[in-house]
Amino acid sequence: MSNTLVLIGTDAAGAARSSAAGLIAAAAGLGTPVAVAVVTPGTGDALAAQLGALGAAQVYLAETDAAGSLLVGPQLEALAAASAALSPTAILVENSVEGRDVAGRLAVRLGAALFVDAVDVAVVGGATTTTHSVFGGAYTVQSTTPGSLAIVTIRTGAIDARADAATAAITRLPVSVSEATSATIDAITVSTEVSSRPELRGAKTIVSGGRGVGSKENFHIVEELADALGAAVGASRAAVDAGYVPQSFQVGQTGSTVAPQLYIAVGISGAIQHRAGMQTSKTIVAIDKDPEAPIFEIADFGIVGDLFTVVPRVIAALDARAK
Amino acid sequence: MKIIVLVKQVPDTWGERKLNPTTGWVERDPRDAVVDEINERALEVALAHKDRAKDTEVVVLSMGPASATEALRKGLAMGADSAVHVLDDSLAGADLGLTAAVLSAAIASIGFDLVIAGNESTDGRGGVIPAMIAEHLGLPVLTALDNPVLTDASVSGDRGIESASMTAHAALPAVISISEAAPEARFPGFKGIMTAKKKPLTVVTVASLGMDAAATGSRNTIVSVAERPARTGGRKVVDDGTAATELVEFLAAGRLI
Repeated sequence: MSNTLVLIGTDAAGAARSSAAGLIAAAAGLGTPVAVAVVTPGTGDALAAQLGALGAAQVYLAETDAAGSLLVGPQLEALAAASAALSPTAILVENSVEGRDVAGRLAVRLGAALFVDAVDVAVVGGATTTTHSVFGGAYTVQSTTPGSLAIVTIRTGAIDARADAATAAITRLPVSVSEATSATIDAITVSTEVSSRPELRGAKTIVSGGRGVGSKENFHIVEELADALGAAVGASRAAVDAGYVPQSFQVGQTGSTVAPQLYIAVGISGAIQHRAGMQTSKTIVAIDKDPEAPIFEIADFGIVGDLFTVVPRVIAALDARAK
Repeated sequence: MKIIVLVKQVPDTWGERKLNPTTGWVERDPRDAVVDEINERALEVALAHKDRAKDTEVVVLSMGPASATEALRKGLAMGADSAVHVLDDSLAGADLGLTAAVLSAAIASIGFDLVIAGNESTDGRGGVIPAMIAEHLGLPVLTALDNPVLTDASVSGDRGIESASMTAHAALPAVISISEAAPEARFPGFKGIMTAKKKPLTVVTVASLGMDAAATGSRNTIVSVAERPARTGGRKVVDDGTAATELVEFLAAGRLI
């Protein structure tokens, strides 16, 4: 069976990012999943065990002192070295800021076809074939390549499948990273503020606020509903432009594209700009005072009313139910 | 310092965007075409540096159909010194690999100290072109900067990565991209619009860049394109004081809470 490499991103503590499970499962559907991670020399045993439990048949630990100090280069050299050793037919990377940088450089380095933001990947008729959800899910596009190697970035949270646990064979390979072609990391600040809520991308439930929330001070009403549901917090472009929340909260054609099980739009009229970022959510709930708001055209459950009255009642009803 | 800013003409995000059902390519109606806003912010970074260091030269570069001239003219009106347009019918439907190769050749022919791009276009949303160009040119890449700080020798800034914030720097020459948190772009003034007409706009082709289009052809093939049926609305209630309870019952029935 052909090898599929998976680049594993790690958090500040050296553990695999939550995306690892889906990426390894996707790789297992294509061939033998080989996890590739960058570590400082002599470390990574716990990480390798974790990756085996997630289904990696092999774990390549690329050892370099540049881990954590040089940007992109360590992961790039790790994948290039593992690729030279294992001749994979596909290399899977999370469609994150860092993952895309590595995938882009690697595709040029190896002369491979590059597919970005895939929501699924499979072997069809012997060729790696990717599925993409385009323009917020308005279109589904499938792509392939006549080439022998496909590098694919996978949308965060898109793969629900999980692979069976395996006992991974561990290979350590030293890699050298050129300082001349890498940017240097000066500091990483883990944001503790947002860690109490799920990440927007990949969240099962999202509560978003729009212009109707009225002010930065009022936005806590959206956050309280999110916390009552264990949800991530999002916002429309209008709310971001008005300065209620930072740009990282934005859901829409600019900003994040999300597809949670439940999406609750609070005070959002539903311009195309916003709808295109959330219209493939499984269930959509809208709360807005304007009965003609376009958001109601796609909402499974819409409430026409004053959000400042409705939302506290919803929170109270959720609390009552929890007791 | 010589700065090249990458500019892409895209369909307006406030309108409905479509794919061609046969080719899978984005339908590019010139009437709805705008400069991608993130590129205007990228240009603003270069122009703000030019405001401080008068010897800065700013070149806007775009690969695209004939209508992309409009995007470049806007860049010139905002304050760029010159423009280069890669215009070649053989590039219609170019994949990421071909696009990066052609832009890299154009960038190398122009000469530069810094390349500034947006973190991702609003149509393709690939977000990989800056890294691909950096690999072609053998340079560091520093993407998604919120607040790039330029000196004669280096570029630095903060970038939001997954659940963390990173500060990083690179020596010049380098390729960077900026995030939507970068400052908003200036509007072209009347004087800018008038002088833009006199600024040089050079048109280049794949052949004039010394490239062989056949050797760098697209590797990605679109297998199928399917349009999703329009979503329809469900229950809509006007709040009479009981809507909140109804909603919670609806969520519970769907096992969503």
